[in-house]
This record gives sequence, C-alpha cells and structure tokens, in this order.
Amino acid sequence: MNFLLVLSLVVPIAGALLAFGVGGRWVSRIALATMPLGLAIAVAIAAGLRPAGGSLVYLLGGWSPPLGVALRADWLSALMMVTTAVVISAIGLFARADFPAGMTETRRSFAFWILLLAVWGALNTVFLSGDLFTFYVSLELLVFVAVPLVALDGRAETLQAALRYLLFALLGSVLYLAGTGLLYGAYGTLDIGVLSGRIRGEPVTAVAVTLMTVGLMAKTALFPLYLWLPAAHAGAPAAASAVLSALVVKGSFFIIVRLWFFVMPGLAGVAAPQLLGALGAGAIVFGSLLALRQERLKLLVAYSTVAQLGYLFLAFPLALDAEAGRLIDGSALIAGLVQAASHATAKAAMFMAAGMIYVALGHDRIAALGGVVRTAPLAALVFLLAGVALIGPPTSGVYFAKTLFLRAADSTHQWWWSLVLDVGGVLTSAYLVMLVARALAPADQAAPSMAGIVSGQQPVAALALVLCSLLLGLLPWHAWLPLPLAVTTPDPLSLDALWSLVWPLLVGMALAALMGRRQNQRPLRMALWLEQADHALRQWPAAGFSLLGLTIMLGVALLLTP
Amino acid sequence: MSAPTLAGLTGAALVGLGLYGLLVHPHPLRKLLGFNLLGSGVFLLFGIIARKGAAAGFAADPVPQAMVITGIVVAFCATALSVALLLRLFEAGGAATLRPDVGRDDSD
Amino acid sequence: MSVIQALDISLAVLVLAVAIWTIVSRDAFAAVVGYVAYGLLVSLVWVRLFAVDVALTEAAIGSGVTGVLLISAAVRLRGTEAAVAAEWPGAGSRVLAAALCMVVTAALAAVVLTMPDPGATLAPEAARHLAETELGNPVTAVLMAFRALDTLLEKVVLFLAVIGVWSLAADGNWGGIAGPRRATNRQGALAFLAQLLPPVGIVVAIHIVWIGANEPGGAFQGGAILAAMWMIVIMARLAEAPAIGERRLRLALVAGPAVFLAVGLMGFAVANAFLAYPAGLAKPLIVFVEVFMTLSIAVSLPMLVLGPPDRPSS
Repeated sequence: MNFLLVLSLVVPIAGALLAFGVGGRWVSRIALATMPLGLAIAVAIAAGLRPAGGSLVYLLGGWSPPLGVALRADWLSALMMVTTAVVISAIGLFARADFPAGMTETRRSFAFWILLLAVWGALNTVFLSGDLFTFYVSLELLVFVAVPLVALDGRAETLQAALRYLLFALLGSVLYLAGTGLLYGAYGTLDIGVLSGRIRGEPVTAVAVTLMTVGLMAKTALFPLYLWLPAAHAGAPAAASAVLSALVVKGSFFIIVRLWFFVMPGLAGVAAPQLLGALGAGAIVFGSLLALRQERLKLLVAYSTVAQLGYLFLAFPLALDAEAGRLIDGSALIAGLVQAASHATAKAAMFMAAGMIYVALGHDRIAALGGVVRTAPLAALVFLLAGVALIGPPTSGVYFAKTLFLRAADSTHQWWWSLVLDVGGVLTSAYLVMLVARALAPADQAAPSMAGIVSGQQPVAALALVLCSLLLGLLPWHAWLPLPLAVTTPDPLSLDALWSLVWPLLVGMALAALMGRRQNQRPLRMALWLEQADHALRQWPAAGFSLLGLTIMLGVALLLTP
Repeated sequence: MSAPTLAGLTGAALVGLGLYGLLVHPHPLRKLLGFNLLGSGVFLLFGIIARKGAAAGFAADPVPQAMVITGIVVAFCATALSVALLLRLFEAGGAATLRPDVGRDDSD
Repeated sequence: MSVIQALDISLAVLVLAVAIWTIVSRDAFAAVVGYVAYGLLVSLVWVRLFAVDVALTEAAIGSGVTGVLLISAAVRLRGTEAAVAAEWPGAGSRVLAAALCMVVTAALAAVVLTMPDPGATLAPEAARHLAETELGNPVTAVLMAFRALDTLLEKVVLFLAVIGVWSLAADGNWGGIAGPRRATNRQGALAFLAQLLPPVGIVVAIHIVWIGANEPGGAFQGGAILAAMWMIVIMARLAEAPAIGERRLRLALVAGPAVFLAVGLMGFAVANAFLAYPAGLAKPLIVFVEVFMTLSIAVSLPMLVLGPPDRPSS
C-alpha cells in the first residue's frame, strides 16, 4: 500500500523521461496513457487513508529520518493529489487538439506534454514530501516547468513575462532555502515530524520562518507580491494557463501550510497569522476590483486568480486557537484546502473557456464579446458556470469552504473575516455580471476572419471540471476529513439559499456599473488610483520594497511572539 | 574570530548585496548576477552550519554539504534558463527590459 | 593574530570587494568578469571550511561553466545597457532599498554570531551508517543513499532545464543545431588547446568520478570537467554540437535520471525499499548510477550553455 506514495511521483516522472527518449508522435500518447494510471494511484492513496485522520509513511531507501527522507500522505496530501490528478487529466483531454501528435515532432507539442507530466510529478512530490529540503527541490522543479509553459508561444511579451516570473520565483526559492538551512543549523533535522518536536520560539526560528514564508508568498503571488502573475498566466496558451493558475501556485501555498501548521503550529503567535489573513483580504479586494478594470478576458481571469488566492490565506487567522496559542489543523484548514481544490477545478475550466472563446472570436477583448453566446455557446456556458462556481452556490466546494470559514470566524470571534468573505462574494459577482452583460450585447461587428473552430472534445473536458467544482460540496467529506461537525447542504431551491446567491449578484451589478470599464465615460477616480497602484506593484522597485517590507513586518511579528 | 564565523558573516553580507542587486538593478543580466551572489551567500551560511557540525571524525557535517552541491547545480540551471530567455527576448523584441509596458505589442 | 587568521580575513574582504564590484560596476561585461573571479575566491572559502567537494563543484560549475555562459551573454547583450539605464529607481529609493537589505543582512549576521559551537549535526548518524553504503566519502553517501531522492529529482531539474532552453527555439529550428558552426580552418591557439586538453581532461574527469566514492569528487565535478572539454572543442569550431533531434543525444540526456530511477525501482525487489541498495552491491550500484549521471551532466551542461537550436540540421 505504502509503495503507492513512491509510484505517485515516479510514474509521471518516468513518463516524462520516456517521452523524451522516444520523442516524435509518441510524446502525447505516453502522456495521455500515464493519466489514468496516475489518477488511479491518487484515488487509491485517498482510499487508503480511511478512516479519517490516518496517514501513510514511506521511508525512502529504508533510511529513517532525520538522516533519511520520508514520504508522508495525510488528508491534505490526498485531497490535493486527487484534485491535481483530475485537473491534469482534464487538461490532457483539452490539450489534445491544441498540441496534436503530428507525424513530425513539433516544438510546442513536445515541450507541452513532457512539462505536463513533469508538473504532475513535482506537485505530487510537494504533497507527499515530509522533508524541508525535498520541498526546495520540488519547488525548483515547479519553476522549471512553469516558466517554459509561460514562454511556449514565443512572442516578445510572453518571453518577458516568463523572465519576470523566473527571476521572482528564483528569489523566492533562495529565500526559502536560506530559512531551511538556518532551521537545520539550529535543530539538526529537515524532517517535518522530527523538527516539530525540537523547534522552539527563538530568534533563529523567527528569521528562518520569515524568510521561508516570504519566499513562498512570492511564488504563490500573494498580494502585494503578484508582479509576475497577470502577464504570465494570461500570456500562456490556454491549457498551460490552466495548469499554472489551477495548480502551480497551490504548490507553494501547500508548503506554507506544512510549515505553519505542521512544523511550528504552537509558535505562530497572534500577529503573524493576522498579517497573512490581511494580505489575503487585500488580495481578494484588490484583485477582484482590478479584474473589473481589465480589457482582455484572459487578464481578467488572471486577476481573478490573484483574488482567489487570497481566500486560501484566511485559513491562517481562522485556524488560530487564541487561548492555546496554536494553529489547529481543523475546520479552517479544511476550508482553505477545499477552497484550493474548488478554485483549481473552476479556474482551469475558466481558462479553457477563455481559450475557446479566443479561438471562436479571434480575439478576447471584453468590450467586443457581444455575440459570443451565438458563436461559442458551450464555451460561454462553461465560463458562466465556472464563475458561478467561484461565487459558491449551495452544492459547490466554495460554498462548503465558506460555511466552514464562517463557522470558524464565529467560534473564534473574528467577525471581520466574515465581512471579507461577503465582500469577496460580491466582488466576484461583479466581474461575472459585467461579463454576462457584455456577452449578451448584440455583436457590433462582422465576425472577424481570424476566427477558428473549437474542437469537440474541448468543451467536454472543461464542462467536466466545472461540474466537479459545482458539486464538490456534496462529497461525503466527514468520512475523509477530521471534521468535527458535518456541513449540511441546504436545499438549493430554498428561499435562504436563493437569497444567499441573489444578494451578492444584485450588489455586484451595482458595483460593476460603477467600477467597470465603459466606453465614452470617465472612470471613477478610485478606479484610476487602483490602476496606478496595480501598475506600480507590477514594477520591480515597488515589488522589491513590498517584499523587503513584508519580510521585516513578518519577522518582527514572529520575533515579538512570546 | 574563527574561519567559519567569518565565512558566515561574509555569507550574510552577500545575501544583502545580492538581494539589492536582484531587486534594484534594472538590467536582467545584472539581476541574474545579484541572484547568483544571493545564492552563494546562502550556500556560505550552509557552509558555517556544516563546519560547526564537525563531529564523528568528519571535518564538516556532510548533509549541508550535499545540499549545497545540489543547490549549486540548480542555481546553474536557473542561470542558464534565464540567459536563454533573456537572449530570446532581446532577439524577439530588440530590448532587454523587464518593464511590462515597454515594447509591448497590443495589436491582435 | 596568526598568519592563517590574517589570510582568512583578507580572503573575506577580497570576496566582498569583488562582490560589490559585480553589483556597482557600470559595465555588464566587467561585472561578469568580476563574478568569475568571485566564484574562484569563494571556492577558496569552501576549502577553508573543509568542504572540498563543494569547493570543486563551485569552481567547476558555479564559477567555470556559469562564467562561460554569462560572459557570452554579456557580449551579445552589449549595447542594451544604455536603454535600460533610464529605469534605475531614484536615489532615495536606492538608499531605502539598501537599508532594508542591510536589515536582512543584520538579522542573518546576528544568527551567525549566536550560533552554538559545536552546532546541531547529522555527522554522527552519517558516520554510523556510512559502512552500509560501502562508500568512504560521506558527502557521496548523503547524495546517493541517505538523500537519494533529492539527487534524483535534481537530475530531473537538469533535464527540465534542457527542455526549457530548447523550447525557446524558433519553430523552424526544432530538431536543429545550436552554437558555433564547424570551421574548416583549424588554426589558432584555441584550436590547439582544444586538441591538447580533452585527452587530459577526460582522464582527470574519469579519475574524479571514480575516486568520488571514497574521496572528494563525484559525478557532478567529473561531469562538469567533461562538459568543459566538449565545450572547448565546440567553441574552437573543431566539431559542431549534435542536432537536438538526434536520438543518441536524447538518450544521453535522460540516461542519468532514467538509470537512477531504474536502480531505485529495483530496490523494491532486491532491497525492500525504493532507492535502497542490496547489501554487498551498494558501492558497485552507486558507481554504476554515477557513470550514467556523469554522462548526462557532461551532455546537459553544454546544451544549456549553447542555448536553443538556432538553425535546422541539414
């Protein structure tokens, strides 16, 4: 049973090596053949973790930590691995049309399929690693997959986006590595389990954890460190954007969770988790408002990712048991990870839909989306459903996560985070409403000649993913997760449930009318300020100051923790 | 002051220098040099940890040394990918700037 | 102050001075040359830290191969600096950034100064289990046995870096060749060097890989030397790099991680764990894996330095 942990990272990596060695039209075949196998392994591991709260351990080479390296699977690993397997398989189906297996080997197909397998292996390593340095190597694997995916189209702007991403991500890796070294120097181990028993609240711990966390935040593009994300995620081909936005940024988030909840849950203090939550709240508000201001559909989706990543960080303040002074890996953390899974499935579908719309219309200018309902009805439907999934109707994973978050906010008496959650729902509705209004407008120009035809398989793959996200709340979660209380799904047709969906839409409509981009009308001054702030934050100097400033703030917060 | 402590302090200073170069220098190639200085500063911190972990007849703890060797190879790979991207960017756009609004092609 | 201490201090001052030069120098080419010198000085620091394996790696890869890569990039990017110079942040911002960076340095320096001596270590653990790996060099034991997964994954990083660099090629050049063309005229100092050095270099490299089991050295360092020999031959235009579509090249590139993975999987059957070696066969198996790793490193590094293919293979 435990050997499955090894297979889950070996299978995709072996697939990538094999595909490289064989080459030609076999590359995509090998990648596609790996997918059912990887999916089966992930599901088998998840099944092996019942009853709830169990874990699987594999000692690599038979060496036990601290000298050796262990792989560990618990509910967090299982949840993320199954999500990853599902999303990658769907992306594989979607990408068959865009990256075909021709008679002669092509650059784009060759690179894409091998990178798709490699990202899978890298993510599974992140989810299973029980060792801080193995995390470092897997983070680097993710960088070396993600950056070529961004640059796949080879235009000057995507090359620049890729280079910006690479340099910022490398900075993040080095900061993480520095912290890892300091922890090893102080406690003589890299194993999460052993380290959690030895770690103490000393200055060296504060410095190390600060460097690691800031480095990982830069890789996760947590506000205000998102300078690389919009251009990178919007510039990649649709299938690659789906990988990057749905999965890659979750890898570094997952390591932050491992660090805070499993290495030093008792040393987080009060201020530092609040700071992480505040950055998350900033991401939600700032990212969503900027999504409203975009001219391009893919950029809107990218800014929506900036916003959605914010939700994940609400798990930190909400998981804090102030009396015991420790982070509890209970409801709030489950909410954070279910949110990650829901976003992964919905956002991958959304990028696929944006890609199909681009193909069908020959452009993705939001102002000229009119008529898309007729030109690409399925793509428009998938986009709409993905947007709805992000708002969170009662059967969806987002609803489930939100309920748990709200419950945690209630029980820990932190009302302000419930407010953030409500505001977030309204803002998400706002950009969705704006898009719907644009899409329903009559087509104001003749169909452009560049328009192409969407392959038949693509909408199916996207639709499957979006349904996953919409129905995630119905899974029997308490059989799998250490949930103290079950979440009951209200009747989706009840008045309460409808109202909970309708009021954010109404407020969102008003907001879209106020803040959205419209022709021949001066935008609000606030909208202009936002755009200026966004422009500054996407430049290196401002991003550098944000990074250094955050390092110092987080360091002080941790140093002052008793 | 002992040789390891001196190396550790050098490492700390290099981290600051590299960070400055990476964040402030506008030219990508110089940012890359900053990244390499930053990395080698971090490796030297591993060096002092290895040396202070001398025990059991070993002059230095082998575990941090192995990590540094892995790290050096990874840093080289990163440098190579960055250089390749940078040269392609220069070829495709005629400039080596990282400013998102410069040389951006907004047509469809 | 003893002589050795004075030398240590001057070495540290020199390292920092050269590092500062690489940051403040106006000319990118001069900065890069400074960085190569810096790499050599840092490998001396590693020798002083009694980490000879690291010193060899730093000299070969951190300074040598990286140096070749950066210098050729600086030459090609000459003339781009003036345009970018306008993007410097203002003096106030620079001072603020410098101050913030100094805070980070100060925090790390405080950690260094308060570090206990002797510190936490896994050296006794490594010593206790060294015999089971049948190796004499504890660093190789960590890389190839105790933390073999990291080394395997790092080989995958190298493999992905090659794919990443290749993926930047123009579509029409896919499957083609990168780097200088072969010249008919093989005169000149470099060509002479390129005929003289490789036989020596190959012997040294094999020696370093072989002794790596028991003394400082190993696949990384040996592979880097082999790579350097091949690069000299290519740069002297005695031979062209192979086309990236060539099967032999592809196999050489994946051989390291693939053989490592295969031997690791064999561990399931013969040693009860993934990446475990059966007793009595540990050393031969590790050397076997290292031979293929050396091959992959020796081929990957030149591919990374040469960049994406820039012409179709004829």
